[in-house]
Parts: sequence; C-alpha cells; structure tokens
Amino acid sequence: MQLIFDKSRPGRRAITWDNLDVTEKTGLPAECLRMVPPALPELGELDVVRHFTRLSQRNVGIDDTFYPLGSCTMKYNPKIAEVAAAQPGFAGLHPHLSSSESYWETCQGALELVYELERLLAEIAGMEASSLQPIAGAHGELTGALLMAAYHRDRGHAHKDTIIVPDSAHGTNPASAVVAGFKVVEVPSDANGQINLDKFRAAMTDNVAGIMLTCPNTHGLFEEQVQEIAKAAHAVDALLYYDGANLNAIIGQCRPGDLGFDVMHYNLHKTFATPHGMGGPGCGPVGVAKRLVPYLPGPRVVKRDAGFALVIPEKSIGRVAAFFGNFLIAVRAYAYLRYYGDEGLKDISRVAVLNANYIHARLKEAFKPAFDGRFMHECLFSAVPQAEHGVHAMDIAKALLDYGFHAPTVYFPLTVKECLMIEPTETESKETLDQFCDAMLDIAERAIHDPEALQTAPTSTPVGRLDEVRAARELNCACL
Amino acid sequence: MSWIPATDADRQEMLEVIGVDSIDDLFTSIPPSLRMKGWNMPPGMSEMNVRRHLSELAARNQAGAVSFLGGGYYDHYIPAAVDALSSRSEFYTAYTPYQPECSQGTLQSIYEYQSVMCRLTGLDYANASLYDGGTAVFEAAMMAMRITRRRRIVVHKSVNPRYREMLATHSAHVDAEIVNGKDPKDAACVIVQNPGFLGTVRDFGYLSERCRAAGALLVVVFYPISLGLLKTPGEMGADISVAEGQSLGLPLGFGGPYLGVMTVRKEHVRKMPGRIAGMTYDREGRRGFVLTLQAREQHIRREKAMSNICSNQALCALRALIYLSLLGPSGLREVAAACHAKAEHLKQQLAFAETLNNGPTFNEFAVRLKKDARQVVRILLQRGIHAGLPLADVGAGEANDLLIAVTEKRTRAELDALAQALEEVSCS
Ligand SMILES: Cc1ncc(COP(=O)(O)O)c(C=O)c1O
Repeated sequence: MQLIFDKSRPGRRAITWDNLDVTEKTGLPAECLRMVPPALPELGELDVVRHFTRLSQRNVGIDDTFYPLGSCTMKYNPKIAEVAAAQPGFAGLHPHLSSSESYWETCQGALELVYELERLLAEIAGMEASSLQPIAGAHGELTGALLMAAYHRDRGHAHKDTIIVPDSAHGTNPASAVVAGFKVVEVPSDANGQINLDKFRAAMTDNVAGIMLTCPNTHGLFEEQVQEIAKAAHAVDALLYYDGANLNAIIGQCRPGDLGFDVMHYNLHKTFATPHGMGGPGCGPVGVAKRLVPYLPGPRVVKRDAGFALVIPEKSIGRVAAFFGNFLIAVRAYAYLRYYGDEGLKDISRVAVLNANYIHARLKEAFKPAFDGRFMHECLFSAVPQAEHGVHAMDIAKALLDYGFHAPTVYFPLTVKECLMIEPTETESKETLDQFCDAMLDIAERAIHDPEALQTAPTSTPVGRLDEVRAARELNCACL
Repeated sequence: MSWIPATDADRQEMLEVIGVDSIDDLFTSIPPSLRMKGWNMPPGMSEMNVRRHLSELAARNQAGAVSFLGGGYYDHYIPAAVDALSSRSEFYTAYTPYQPECSQGTLQSIYEYQSVMCRLTGLDYANASLYDGGTAVFEAAMMAMRITRRRRIVVHKSVNPRYREMLATHSAHVDAEIVNGKDPKDAACVIVQNPGFLGTVRDFGYLSERCRAAGALLVVVFYPISLGLLKTPGEMGADISVAEGQSLGLPLGFGGPYLGVMTVRKEHVRKMPGRIAGMTYDREGRRGFVLTLQAREQHIRREKAMSNICSNQALCALRALIYLSLLGPSGLREVAAACHAKAEHLKQQLAFAETLNNGPTFNEFAVRLKKDARQVVRILLQRGIHAGLPLADVGAGEANDLLIAVTEKRTRAELDALAQALEEVSCS
C-alpha cells in the first residue's frame, strides 16, 4: 500500500479556515521563522479518509478478532465507555482549570470522578488510597519505585538501594526500578513456576528497598508463598510492590492489600476494559497502603463541604503527570466499574479463570503445559515438542493468524522455553474458545505431518513474514 | 452481565471438561485465609443509568466557556475526520503490533507519524510516542545523560514549570543535578522551550554552537502548531526535540491522554527511548513495517533498557498524523498565522496592562494587571469567560500576573469582549 506522502498533490487541501477577522500580522522577526514550510502531505479529505480506512483494514482488533494475547487482558472495550468519555463536559475541559482555585468550581464533576475512581480502585485492591496520575502500567511501576525511594529516604534508610524482581517479571519491572535509581537483583523461579523461596531469602538483605511481584505471576499461577515473602520483606522494612497487570484474575476474590502488598499499579487498559489503542494510551494508577499515603503524587482531590478541592500531600513525591494522568481513559474505566459494581466485578475474575482453564483442559494433551499447577486467568504452554518437528512457538503464532485469530503472546515470560501464553478474558463466548481450540489442535496435528506449511505461515495477511534483520540494518524509519 | 457471555449452561459444560465441580474449585491456589472477606462496592447499574450518571458528572463541568487558557495545552479546532478515523475499532481495539503481519495499519501509521514529526521539526528520527510533554522532557534529559555520560541537566527559564516539576520528581533518586540557566559547561544538556512558557519567541540557534563546543546536547521543547511559522528545532541546531503533542488534534480532556513527541539527530537514534517502526520487506518482496531497534527496549534488555516505557500513546500519535495530513503545509501555516494574528490583536487591546514578555510572542503572552489575577478570573468566570491562567498559581509569576492564550477558535468579538471585561474589572 502506498505511503500517504505518495498520494500528495501540490495545492490539494482538506481543510479551510474562515477569513481572518483581525489584521494579518507579520511582526515576528525573520530569524525566528522557519525557512521552508514543513513537507506535510497535501491531500483532500476523502484522500485522507480513504488512506486511513484502508490502513485500518490492514489491522485486527478485538472488535473483529479473538485476541488472546497473554499478559495483556484483551477484553471487549464497551461502547458506553467511549460515549461517556467523548462528552464535551469531559473532552473539552481545560486541565489548567485545576491549577487555580479560582477555577475549581468549573470542574467539580471531573474532580468528583477522579475522587470516586481513586476511592473505588483503592477499595478493589484493599489499599488505603490511589492516584490516577501514572500514564501507563510501566509509569505506575516507576511511580511506585519513586514512592518506595521517598519512604526509605524519609526514614534515613540510605543503604536501601536494591529492588528484587523475579525472573518471570515483565521487562518493565526491572527497567522501572533502574529508571527510578535502584539496583536490581533477579531471583529465579522454581520448577513449579513459583518464586524460589530459598534464593529469595538469600537475596533478602537489609539493602533491599522493595520487591516487585506479579500475582498471579506471569506463569499464570498464584504466588502461593506470598505471605512468607511479605513477612520476610516487612521484617527488614522492605516494601512489597504489586504489578497489577494480572488483577483480572483475582478481582473480587482476594485483594493485594490483604495479601501484604504496600504499593501497586493498576492497568486500567487491562482489568478495566479501556481500549489498548494500538499500544496506548493506557492508564496506570498507583495504589498505596496507609504508610505511603503521605508520599503520593500531588495534588490530590479531597472532598470538602464547599466541594472538591486539591491539596498536596505533606511529603508528596511531586507530580508524575502534568495533571490527572490519562483522564479520559479514567472516565472510561469509571463507567465500566460502575456498570459492573459489586457482583459484576466478582464475576469477571470467575469467568476469566474459567475460560483460561477451559482452554487449558482442551489443549493440554496436544500442547505441553508449562507448569503442573492450577492456571488462573491465562494458561501457558511450551512448544518444545513441536519445535522438535521444526515448528516453533512463532510458527504457531503465525499459523493462528491464518485461522482468523490474533496470536497469543510468545517467547514471554523468558523463563518458559518456546512459550505460548494464552489469555482469553471473560468476554469471549464458549463458541469462540472452541473455535480457537479447534484451530490449535489442527495446528498441533499439522506440526507433525506438515511442518513446512506452518513455517511459511501466514499467507492470508496483507504481507507475509517480514525481514526484521533488514529493517534494523537498513534503518528506514522516516520518509524524508 | 452483557459483557460476559457465559451462560449457566456454558459454565456447567466447561467445568465438566475441566473436571471440577465449581468455579470456586479453580481458585484453590489462593490460601483460604487470604480470600476477600468483603468490600464496600456499590451495586452495578444498567447501561442507561451509567450514561445518566456520567452525563450528570459531565454537566457539572464548565467546558463551553470562551477560553483563553493555554500554559502548554491549547483549545484548537479538531477536524471531524480526526475523530471519525481514530475511532475505527481496527485501530483503537488493537494492541502493540507484536504480530506485524496483522498489524500493518498500526505499523505504517507509526512510520508515517515518525515521518511527519521529522519533517515538522527538521530532525532525522522520531519514536512512536512517549507519554506526554513532561515525561518527554525527562526522557530527553536521561537520554542526554546516557550519551554524554554527564549528570548535569541545565533547564532554561523558558521551560514550562510543570515539565520542570515532573523532571525533578522523576529524577529525584538518580545521580543527576538539575540547575537553572543556560550554561552548557559540564552539562549533559541544556533544555530550552520555544515559545517559552510565557509565550516569548526566541531563536536558540546561538546556544547550539555553545553546547557543541562544551560537549553538551541542546534539547528544544516546541509547540507543534507554532512550527507552521516558527524556526524549527532542527534549524536551531537541536540534538533532541520534544513536545507536548496535544495541540495536534487531541481534546483537552482535563489532562489526557496526550502525546509525548520526540525527534532526534541521526547519531542519537540508538540511545532514543520508545518504540520505533521501520520499513522492510517480506519474502515476496512486498513492503511492510516492523518494530525495529528493539534491543533498546525493556522487553529485550530489561534493567539495561533505554527506558521503561511499554504502552505509549499510539492512538494519540495516529490522531496527530491524521490532523497534520488534513491540514497539510498550508493549513498548518494558516492556523499558526491565525493564532498569532489574533493574539497580536488582543495584545493591542490590552494596552492598559503591562506586558511581561521581553520579546515577540506567538499566540500567548503574560500581562500584569492592576488587581489580583485570581480575583479578576473569578469575576470573568461569571461572564462565561476563562480569562487565562493566574501565574502565581503555577509558581511562574506574581499575584497580578495572568497568562493569556489565543487560538484560531477565538473570534474578534470574543477577543474584544475579553479586553473590555479585563479593563473594566482590573482598572476600576
Ligand atoms: C506483567 C506486566 N507488567 C507490566 C506491564 C506494563 O504495562 P504498560 O504496558 O501499561 O506500561 C505489562 C504490559 O504488558 C505486563 O504484562
């Protein structure tokens, strides 16, 4: 398909403006002006509409395709949430209305929404409070690490410079810890997919500021030793961080705060069904236990007799976002949360776990489960047996595209060889799960009898497998 | 529940296949003592009631006023096609293009976005997006520290105080020193903003030579719309340019989602944070796009990555690309010129107030009123006007100082009404 620049014709245009109702000014000194206009494409509106409509048709999304991408919780994004966020009363609201007390009366509805959502998110996770400021999950991790650092600095714990991360953790965990200024010590998993408790204890020195855990972990398994881990952490005043990417598995069943976690992030674009937008915008609020509340990013919304107001917590780490983070994403999550309420939220985790276990049950003979334990919201297989026939996890992923499905996550976590990580979510019907399992079983058969066909998949997509080495070597990242 | 399709019969059949009696049996790996005892959660609502509740909340915000608020975030017109195209679900319900064959729409749009950002700023490479303007400033500073192996970050007074605050928050525990000024000596970078926070337009070209001589990088924070007229970061000799991309077709949305833009000189691309799409080919020679240079990223390099960023602001970047494609070079120049001309008109009408800018301005300027700006703002609120940002409230001025921004949406009548009201209220 042509690039938009190839479709450009000099003088063509899509938008016109009113004639200026004031005198045109050219008062800017010449040395401040750009020498040549930017070479943006020149197109009519229909050209633009057709270009992007065609581009969209070279994509798949949840609305058209089952998208069992593990660790990403690709659940259906309800339309009412889009409608709620598009309202001019939210979408048209200038953020600096929050910057001056003189304007607070103009944004009371938005402040109430922030207040209520922060309160409900805290309640869902058994935390004392939360902040919507972090812009995505990794930004929530970074904020959490900054909170841990502020806490320890405040207590004179200058030696606490290390964060422990299991080897099954998502790459953002160690990266966020380092961006915040910590050293990282990695602790291995055991053969059952649980954190290796002996190795963990050995790493658990007085220098440890915090431990970042995902629970259920990225193996899809509940960390059954979480209480022991929390006890060991708290014994040296280290804080326990909860990566909320997998909250969908336990929402309404157990709460990170009750498990002993001190600080966490939520992924509103996972658990709370806000759209993934081809890679964002997401929203990654942090939640904290009581002792970290004074350090939360500020300002925070508080409720007063005269209405909602903003205050800076006494020991706030400062702003991690210019305002309230990805507010319009938070609006969507709030709509979703209020729709489900008490009973509905509990059913999310129940069906998410049911669906994953159903897939596991149907595929466990044909594919090798990565672990023996009880999977929660996602199930992991290792394609090592298929790889012996020359069919790797990536080949299986590509073959699935030809069956009309998005692929699961592959090669993550790094702890599982030839990993296939399947997360169906609660919004898929049994029929869809069955069609997917049928395709997987068919692929397992073909891996034995016709591996070549799988190695050359996909054939039904707009392009076949692309040469990534060439992309990096020739490095053409912009049409200039 | 309408978004959970599993019926009781489905659940029963599935449990039988799994070989357990109840869904509760699937949760036995959670130690029973840790199961939730209860929570304080409101009951669910119908979709109809959700809509009613959220429109009540929205109605309690005054978004429709005649607004002169800027301060880094601007009320520009968004062409209808931006919303129509970016709300196609093939875009907004997809995720990171991990499988490029079925994500060419995403990947080509990132490539095109990177291209327009390079063309706009006059630099060589762009990433697929960062979170917002403030985090982009932080990422630029960290990148400069990686490249120069120095720890001093020099921040010029022109930089938005919010970005400065976010930079301080994010770097509080890394080995960095943040100083004010513009002296590149021993610095990793000097960060400047054009137009400055108070709206002043400058040519920072002279600084790039000084930076080069001192071995420091020049980071230019820009306002995308202004580049319809103003000298580009590339023309000023910037090594890195960053921006808050909100003005490119994104709604104000009370703070987000916005768009962190970053473009860099060729030699720095391997130290740049964020995703990058690159062009390549399949076995049949068909052109396609993939994520490239991934060895910079957290999912490959973990604690050694250039940044921790994973999910970014891809849909916002798509909107910016669509916006710029609709405007084209002349549309962008015209919108910039309209913002400037209208702001100049307003400035003339405000001759009774002292202007605080010591140079030309683009579409925003600061004035010192004869009264407390917060009181003035309150009074004008009653007339349906958001008169601007009291600078004392963002730590960038004195009690009487007001920052006023003008976009193409403001009519001459609105400008004159603001001028008249300000004169009446602040001079009486
Ligand atoms: C387990 C886990 N942690 C953290 C993240 C990072 O979240 P985000 O992409 O929102 O930054 C992800 C994202 O996929 C994840 O799967």
